[in-house]
Amino acid sequence: MTAPLRAFRRPQGGLAGGWLILVIAAALAAPLLTPYAYDVQNLPQAYQPASARHWLGTDEFGRDLLTRLIYGARTSLSVSATAISISVLCGMVLGAAAAWFGGWLDRAVTMVVDLSWSFPEILIALILVAIIGPGTIGVMIAIAVAYIAQFTRLTRAQILTLKGETFIEAARSLGAGHAHILFRHLLPNALAPVLVSAMLATGDAIILEATLGFFGLGAQPPVPSWGGMMSAGSALVFKAPWVIIFPGLAVAVTVVAINLYGDALIAELDIRSRLRREA
Amino acid sequence: MTAPLIRIEALGKRFQSGGGLFARPRAMMAVRDVTLSVGKGEVLGVVGESGCGKSTLARLVLRLIEPTSGRVTFDGTEITALSPPALRRMRRRMAMVFQDPYSSLDPRYTLADVLAEPFRVQNEPLPANRVEAMLAAVGLPAALAGNHPHQLSGGQRQRVGIARALALRPDFVVLDEPTASLDVSIQAQIIALLADLRDRLGLSYLFISHDLGLVRYFCDRIVVMYLGAVVEVLPDTATAPRHPYTQALMESNFAPDPARRRAIEPLSGEIPSPFALPPGCAFAARCPRASDLCRRQPPALDGDATHPVACFHPL
Repeated sequence: MTAPLRAFRRPQGGLAGGWLILVIAAALAAPLLTPYAYDVQNLPQAYQPASARHWLGTDEFGRDLLTRLIYGARTSLSVSATAISISVLCGMVLGAAAAWFGGWLDRAVTMVVDLSWSFPEILIALILVAIIGPGTIGVMIAIAVAYIAQFTRLTRAQILTLKGETFIEAARSLGAGHAHILFRHLLPNALAPVLVSAMLATGDAIILEATLGFFGLGAQPPVPSWGGMMSAGSALVFKAPWVIIFPGLAVAVTVVAINLYGDALIAELDIRSRLRREA
Repeated sequence: MTAPLIRIEALGKRFQSGGGLFARPRAMMAVRDVTLSVGKGEVLGVVGESGCGKSTLARLVLRLIEPTSGRVTFDGTEITALSPPALRRMRRRMAMVFQDPYSSLDPRYTLADVLAEPFRVQNEPLPANRVEAMLAAVGLPAALAGNHPHQLSGGQRQRVGIARALALRPDFVVLDEPTASLDVSIQAQIIALLADLRDRLGLSYLFISHDLGLVRYFCDRIVVMYLGAVVEVLPDTATAPRHPYTQALMESNFAPDPARRRAIEPLSGEIPSPFALPPGCAFAARCPRASDLCRRQPPALDGDATHPVACFHPL
């Protein structure tokens, strides 16, 4: 798999990929990068604008904004990435089984998926968080379920087209069973478009996670999340605008970077037409 | 001929299409009441125009699709009655070469993966140097083992398809138009390779083709199909056809010698829809010899046992 590397050589892919690596590296190395703790209040230092001591300023409790932004990246990225991974896994199993076995299983899966497809992800996620309860785990599960339909549809469409290929019939003529055909032929060939679409969905999931966080349903204080920080900042727009601006920028730039890099990857893998084939 | 390796008895396949809440499904008989046998070491050719059920027959014989009626017996075992595990074991002894060398190889597999797959699905260890030996047997250099199919030409891919079919040393191979998508010069190479492999390995072939010239060159007996049914079985390639359809097929084949070329009489009329077969002979509408009897009643495949023909007015 050299396509992810080759995507870096494209101008927008390199820029976007560089930003993503920076954000992920910062999230991983958070305690090494900052002298401050994300949760220790320092009220005399509250509402400080950007300075040499606090590069992005401080929030209403005097906590360093950059520190909270970096720790917030941990929450946002890990919740979205884990949720999408769960979603991809479930979607691939459901979609592949539906397409390969067909019959009543396919009809049942398609019906449920089409039904959930008619609701916006945010609605499904909100309902689920309301049931599970707010917090990181609840948000993760909610996002995972909200995106299952997308990956089920995509995987099903891929498998349906691959199913008619002669090499599948050839494998059957050799005596291959369902497991061999699914895991050695169908899923490996369906993987590239599903993974790229998973990457793009992670961008959407970051927004969804921030939205739920903004509503106060995500990570609970004092654990920072980008959505939660924006929510706190929304009351301070005139007093300390940087408190809402920087997390907002972080979400926007990261999501744009994911989409730009994803675009470069799609071009490198030459799978644009396969991604559209979803119905 | 000793006991045949493959016996096909009254085999039929009915496909249903359409059908919904308000529409009645339409049924078509892709293969109708086919009875044939393939002897050990024999090359049985099956010819007919597009849509006559040749490829369906090929898949029925290997039970890649389930028959609607009839049965197939392989070396004394009725494969149409086998359980899935028993059928899987049986598949070591029979194989298939496909028409399209471009889609018959998984694009993600290297040639080594392709040739190891038969062993993997049969849970057999892959003998050392076997991949190289298989490539050599079909005239490909061992250095290609690490290549992917898209790096190969059509002829090379078809050689890989043949090597894969022969990997487990089967007794019987179905060749479904193995040369139809290749250049003429490559066709000859592939046919020569198949003939050589049959001689060396004692294989029996069911050779499906629409190219009567090729079939006459390569096959021992020739089965002629029309709209899902066998209309004639030529006992050898020299025997003159007796069915008007076979004759029309043969006349449509140009002789390479211009002196022997003559005016050909093209068939007129349309093939009947397989969804609505006529009550009589399926060929009657296009047949110069057809009588009222032909339009009323279907002719049975009889005549003498070595050269059966389904026609009321054979040549």
